[in-house]
Amino acid sequence: MARHIVAAAGEILPGGRKLVTIRGREIGIFNLGGEYFALLNRCPHQGAELCKGTLIGLATSREPGHFELTRRGEMLKCPWHGWEYDIRTGQSWCDPNDTKVRAYPVTVEHGETLVKGPFVAETFQVAVEQDYIVVEV
Amino acid sequence: MTPEDGRTVVAEAPASASRSKLKLIDCDVHHALRSSKDLLPYMASRWHGHLEDFGRRRPVPFTAASPYPKTAPALSRTDSWPRNGGPPGSDLAFMQEQLLDPYNIEYAMLHLLMSGMDERNQDLGNAICSAINDWQYEHWTQKDKRLKAAIVVPGEDPPAAVREIERWAGNPDFAQVSLVTHAIEPLGRRRYWPIYEAAAALGLPIGLHSSGNNGHAVTSAGWCSYYVEEQHNVALSQQNLAISLVCEGVFERFPALKAVVIEAGFVWVPSVAWRLDQHWARMRGEVPHLSKKPSEYFRQNIWYTSQPSDEPEKPEYLRQSLDWLGWDRLLFATDYPHWDMDNPEQALKFRMSEAEQRQVFAENARAVYGFA
Repeated sequence: MARHIVAAAGEILPGGRKLVTIRGREIGIFNLGGEYFALLNRCPHQGAELCKGTLIGLATSREPGHFELTRRGEMLKCPWHGWEYDIRTGQSWCDPNDTKVRAYPVTVEHGETLVKGPFVAETFQVAVEQDYIVVEV
Repeated sequence: MTPEDGRTVVAEAPASASRSKLKLIDCDVHHALRSSKDLLPYMASRWHGHLEDFGRRRPVPFTAASPYPKTAPALSRTDSWPRNGGPPGSDLAFMQEQLLDPYNIEYAMLHLLMSGMDERNQDLGNAICSAINDWQYEHWTQKDKRLKAAIVVPGEDPPAAVREIERWAGNPDFAQVSLVTHAIEPLGRRRYWPIYEAAAALGLPIGLHSSGNNGHAVTSAGWCSYYVEEQHNVALSQQNLAISLVCEGVFERFPALKAVVIEAGFVWVPSVAWRLDQHWARMRGEVPHLSKKPSEYFRQNIWYTSQPSDEPEKPEYLRQSLDWLGWDRLLFATDYPHWDMDNPEQALKFRMSEAEQRQVFAENARAVYGFA
């Protein structure tokens, strides 16, 4: 496992995302209200580019006739068959025990610590005065 | 594509290389008109004003939409909208890039989800079918020789349908005859037989992809409430259609006729055929025109496309169904660009030998459609 700097902290705004390629793997970095999460860009069901899917909420119901829409923007819906995944964990909503998209740890680090290494800056210069998003792959 | 929500920063991802070693014949691919106006150049000017003044008359209150809104816009994968505009399936270059090239597709069987067959004005319906075929030929099959069209016919006017079949007879760009499946009567009825006679004489299979509107609910249980129901009920309506073809004696009268039931699965075939065989053994006197058990027609005259592939907990169950049905019956299909498409590299998750894979993914279709 190595740690990779994938973006400056302000680059991915809340509700936004960025697709990056790290060691041959496409990974989507998501910003949910200031927290960052990283998922493999591949749906475990049939291999679609999951991280290009729509961000949705979670529709639930305690009984027919009642429904609630919660966790707006925190679920990711696959562009193909519509499988829903929890961005925070990578777990499938309908099949949480057996279907999980690979999730990676993400942290925000200050540039001053990053320039000392042992980090891999993918595509850009790291400035000491900024915060950066770091993914462990 | 641009995700629909929020502020996004998307880096262009490199296109993934194909892992397919097999050459595939994809038995269900949907091209689309960019606009219904695309057909006007192929229609007599008499119809241009007519369409503007009167429009289409179909036996449903919706002339430009489905009775059930689908789970995804245009019924399609959200990543299948062409960069240059138009609906999914309307841009050949994008279809080549997203489907034909990466999945190593040798032939793709095109099915347009639009027909003149369910138009109430029969002369207009005939003109729409002819225009669709001219458009398919000029804009699709002549531009990419991997693409094979279906002759779209106005099946409620069988003499006109036969004329349309004969207009394209012998043209290798057209590999089958397409009827809407939600027809005025079940498709086994004799009013449709001239079409089967013409198709059988030319060796053209009839391709039966769920389509059209006849004013009836898609299910015999009435109008269902949810798309999740309708999505399955269309497969049940395809089963009804296959039963009609068998029980009316279509394959007795035209033993050489081949029917391809598209996008309805295949696991249902054993149970339907077992049950019909049992009924036939008790009520054979009602249908003395059937010289064989119903199951034999299901295994001799009908083929089935794979998508949407069932996903049982134990994928081996699919193998068992196929063992009964016959490995020569199943034709692989993606259903691109629709949202429930199957990825050739991921679907049908059960063990297959290389020979079985070749059958399902290409050779069965090659035999049915007579490709060299």
